[in-house]
Amino acid sequence: MKNICKSFPGVRALKNVDFTLRKGEIHALMGENGAGKSTLIKVLTGVHPKDSGQIFLDMGGSLKEINVRSPQEAQNLGISTVYQEITLCPNLTVAENMFIGRGNYRLVNWRTMKKRAADILEKLNIPARAAQQLGTCSIAVQQMVAIARAVDMECKVLILDEPTSSLDEQEVEKLFSLMQDLKSRGVGIIFITHFLDQVYQVSDRITVLRNGELVGEYEAKELPKVQLISKMMGKDLEDVSAIKKQKPPEEKNDVPPVYEAVGLSSINFPNAFDFRISKGEVNGFTGLLGSGRSESVRAIFAADKITGGRIRINGKEVKIRKPKDAMKQGIGYLPEDRKRDGIVEDLSVRENIILALQVMKGFFKPFSRAEAEAFADKYIKLLGIKTASMDTPIKQLSGGNQQKAIVARWLLTNPQYLILDEPTRGIDVGTKVEIQKLILKLAEEGVSVTFISSEIEEMLRTCSRLIVMRDRKMVGELKGDEMTQDNIMHMIAGEAVHDA
Amino acid sequence: MMRNFFRKLTGSQLIIPLFSLLLLIVFNLIRDVSFFSISIVTNNQGYPVLSGNLISILNGASAVAIMSIGMTLITSCCKGQDISVAAVAAIAGSVFVSVLRSREITIPVIILAFLYACLVSVLFSLFNGVLVAVFKIQPMIATLILFSAGRSIAYWINGGATPTISNPLLAAIGGFIPGIPIPTPIIIMVIFLILIILVLKFTTLGLYTQVVGINEGTAHLNGINPVLVKLLAFVISGICVATAGCITVCRIGLINHETLLLDAEMDVILAVAIGGTALSGGRFNLYGSVIGAYIIQALTVTLYAMKVPSAAVKAYKAVVIIIIVVMSSPVVKEFIVKLYKRIFKKETDIKAAANTA
Amino acid sequence: MGRNNNMLTGKLKNRRREPISNTNLLMSITVCTFFGMYLFAMIVWGGGFLNPQQFLDLFNNNAYLLIVACGLTMVMISGGIDISGGGITALVTMVCVVYLDDHGGTVLGSMLIALGIGLAFGLVQGILIAYLDIQPFIVTLAGMFFARGMITIVSIAPRTAAHEEFLKLKQARITLPGIGYYGKSGNFIPAQIEPGVIVAITVVIVVAVILKWTRFGRNLYAVGGNSHSALTLGINVKRTKFFAYLLAGLLSGIGGYVYLLHTGAGDAANAAQAEMQAIASNIIGGTLLTGGVGNVIGTLFGMLSLKTITNIVIASGLTKPYYQSITTGLMLCFFILLQSVILAVRERGPVRLLLPEWLRFGEIKRGEKK
Repeated sequence: MKNICKSFPGVRALKNVDFTLRKGEIHALMGENGAGKSTLIKVLTGVHPKDSGQIFLDMGGSLKEINVRSPQEAQNLGISTVYQEITLCPNLTVAENMFIGRGNYRLVNWRTMKKRAADILEKLNIPARAAQQLGTCSIAVQQMVAIARAVDMECKVLILDEPTSSLDEQEVEKLFSLMQDLKSRGVGIIFITHFLDQVYQVSDRITVLRNGELVGEYEAKELPKVQLISKMMGKDLEDVSAIKKQKPPEEKNDVPPVYEAVGLSSINFPNAFDFRISKGEVNGFTGLLGSGRSESVRAIFAADKITGGRIRINGKEVKIRKPKDAMKQGIGYLPEDRKRDGIVEDLSVRENIILALQVMKGFFKPFSRAEAEAFADKYIKLLGIKTASMDTPIKQLSGGNQQKAIVARWLLTNPQYLILDEPTRGIDVGTKVEIQKLILKLAEEGVSVTFISSEIEEMLRTCSRLIVMRDRKMVGELKGDEMTQDNIMHMIAGEAVHDA
Repeated sequence: MMRNFFRKLTGSQLIIPLFSLLLLIVFNLIRDVSFFSISIVTNNQGYPVLSGNLISILNGASAVAIMSIGMTLITSCCKGQDISVAAVAAIAGSVFVSVLRSREITIPVIILAFLYACLVSVLFSLFNGVLVAVFKIQPMIATLILFSAGRSIAYWINGGATPTISNPLLAAIGGFIPGIPIPTPIIIMVIFLILIILVLKFTTLGLYTQVVGINEGTAHLNGINPVLVKLLAFVISGICVATAGCITVCRIGLINHETLLLDAEMDVILAVAIGGTALSGGRFNLYGSVIGAYIIQALTVTLYAMKVPSAAVKAYKAVVIIIIVVMSSPVVKEFIVKLYKRIFKKETDIKAAANTA
Repeated sequence: MGRNNNMLTGKLKNRRREPISNTNLLMSITVCTFFGMYLFAMIVWGGGFLNPQQFLDLFNNNAYLLIVACGLTMVMISGGIDISGGGITALVTMVCVVYLDDHGGTVLGSMLIALGIGLAFGLVQGILIAYLDIQPFIVTLAGMFFARGMITIVSIAPRTAAHEEFLKLKQARITLPGIGYYGKSGNFIPAQIEPGVIVAITVVIVVAVILKWTRFGRNLYAVGGNSHSALTLGINVKRTKFFAYLLAGLLSGIGGYVYLLHTGAGDAANAAQAEMQAIASNIIGGTLLTGGVGNVIGTLFGMLSLKTITNIVIASGLTKPYYQSITTGLMLCFFILLQSVILAVRERGPVRLLLPEWLRFGEIKRGEKK
């Protein structure tokens, strides 16, 4: 049974794209950033109007053309969406968030609402209480509530846009079993994600978009991973395997490490830890979600308030109490959430690039226009940032190019130690590869790098040392041949055994 | 070529304020060709000075224009407005007068009084600044406190009186310096503007303010201290406010806490909004705010020239403000662009048809 | 269990009852403050404060403000602001007086006019703000300017109502049996409530019901909490905002009529500063300017607190007029700081900047190893 069929000639973001979703299937929609996935979904859900083309929906057994003009209409037609960013209201209760905006009620019956919500929460095994204020729940739970809402609305089409980015493995499993459950009930699910493994775990079919055009529609069983990647990128992916693994630098005991911390703790990472990194070394922090990887590097950069610790840079003791101190010592930090902490969205690409260096230069020494343009130009070319001009507001760039601009910002400061927290999250495969290559190149040139990524493969490929974390504590270190997925898991689990 | 120029002009942030100003000018010229005529008359002291509606506009708007500079910076980095500016100006004016009344008025004393007024004004602004920057309170709420209490504080400073003050030196500041035909407030305004431009050019204040306004967290992660930037904005505003208060006192010759710059804060906020700075913070447009101040004053003078009673001026101001703001609304802009494209498309179609014919 | 609930940052301990919501907490503080202040005043200064009529006068004199403030509560919850309330109120008083006296209108007619003017303002402002996406501050500022300007266009001089029917209504009083005070000559004068107060209380109840139990009311909270989310949840954000401003305008119109019932005159200086006092009442009552949090009961007690402070100042002998504004300012300052501290402590757990160790009640994990 066909659920939707769609084609749009002439839209800038989408050119003649067809998409079909069958009843009771999980269909993955894939493509690099800027390929048009979000646009396609936004058209389907009524957020953007389409320029041309048609949408058909199975209503009562036959395909009828529909015109979706608003999210409300989409919802009424049975098309539900759960977005990557939590689109619920944190000031309302969990129960309210599940039911608000739906149906034709005039008056609110609090008791019924609470009971129904509690039932659903229990059925889906979501750890939240119906009367709890949503803002007090963690992101993962909030996302589950969003899904619960969609599920309760008996939708025909469920769109999940990057649902797993904030979930850990257990939660992902729960989500997948939920999806299978819905599938068996005949719901068609559109699953958008960057996690290739997950695609193969649950999807029946895969549709690939590239540059606003349809590349093809495939059965998941029949499309090997490598081919999928090549279709998404448009070229073969020997680049990936060509990345050589780096040898750990020989520990020269007479040369002090570039950065060394003893007893470092911050308000977000209260368990004091020791850490050192040598010149030209690439190390990674790994662990489950919530283990404190980001918090630890933020402590290194003093992005959070420091509560203790002594720092030595190249052997000399220094005070790092705020980001500016860290920057002055040659440390750079690319934050995890680029939209919230990285880009200054209304400013131009040029202004974003020179920002850190400008702050280091000082309040009374602004860069001239010519200087700023020269810097921006250099890095736009160097990193291949795709932008209309350097004066374009950075918010207009795609995710990958925004990330490159932020990387440029820190490269411009000529750091001796660069911290990259999830630099490859939410960007296309091509840019991911570029960034990993860049990390290795930097290491060769003598820059130390700390690299955090949720894709362990990337870290295994580039790092010479991995520090494993759990529950805001460092629990172990792996070097060289020790670094395998299994060992990482053991190390994380090992600590729990110890506890009991 | 024309099209490129047109596009650049419409893209510039100054388009709405400039356009509105143009409209006002044209409207007045149509109504009365001599509206903007400047004549030379002899003032009370026997010196030739410039006079005319244009001069009156530039002169009367000085106080608001100066305050709008400070307000622009605050709006940009604190993402809200300071509604206490007029009340703090009254406080500054009170301090100015009380210092002057305690001594013989000479130029050094005037300077001392002004500095004292600046100090007090900056202290009160910092009070607002601390609430906003350190306690993270919304600017409009934080400044509501001084808005309510400020004028009373001004009253209290002068012991509950509205003293007059008269002195040729002060009259010179509020009016004309002997020998210079341009009213002094205008000169002071220009000097102030130049100072601010220099500050923006030789420091990173503009960049920092905008970054803090757009994304405070990112500012912090790049080494900027948002608290300092915000406090600085309030300090600058404090100086602006003190200057405006003192000029007005000199011009009027007395300090009445109730009426000094009454409702001026609304005019200042309007000036900033008309000038193209988003009231929600971020990128700012300083020249736009200053132009906005002149637009509002021009509007007032135009209405007076049309013999509209002063109490009713508000209503007309309101209508004009609405028109201007509606024009700048993105929804309306989109609509106009669509309309424009349709008309243009027809033209090119006709041309194409004509060519093939 | 290995990873125990560190996902649930909200779950501090295993409680059966939910922790009190922000809205209710702030409101409770306001209510307690008011009663505390009044009791304190009764004990310390006695006199007027022990007179029930003075307490009722808090309502009699400020009924209009309460009505306007309720309208503002709805707007603020949805994340907006409306400073046209005072202007509309004053305009309504003038227009109604002129209608009644110069044009021989009926009392009913004048009521309809009041509603009409309020609705008209609310309609235009609502369209401009909700559908044309213009900043609410500017639109309602212009609305205020326009209204105040129009007053003098309607009538240059202040006018006192002389319409017979109307005056009858104005002088009607509800007498409370048994409660009263002893006048100078020793007579027992029973306490009285003006008709406007009944209207005000009704408005408070109606708005409270709307906010808690109707779909529209809950939508207001959603829109104020996160308007983008509200949109994707299927709420018609524009329509919700539009109705918020429409209702605020309507309530301002009602407030205007109540004001007229109280003073019996139209004057350009009527309801001066009303909008700022309405905002202050809301803030003291726990409505956040950022939206999503608020409650009319809080607003009611906020207004009562605001007005009581003025009475206290007079009673304590500080009669110079500037003392009142200064104390109002201080009170505002206190409440604003209190709100910000409480919210910071609740939502972010340990407050980074201000509070010492012992005030932190946040992420204390069990079995923390040092």
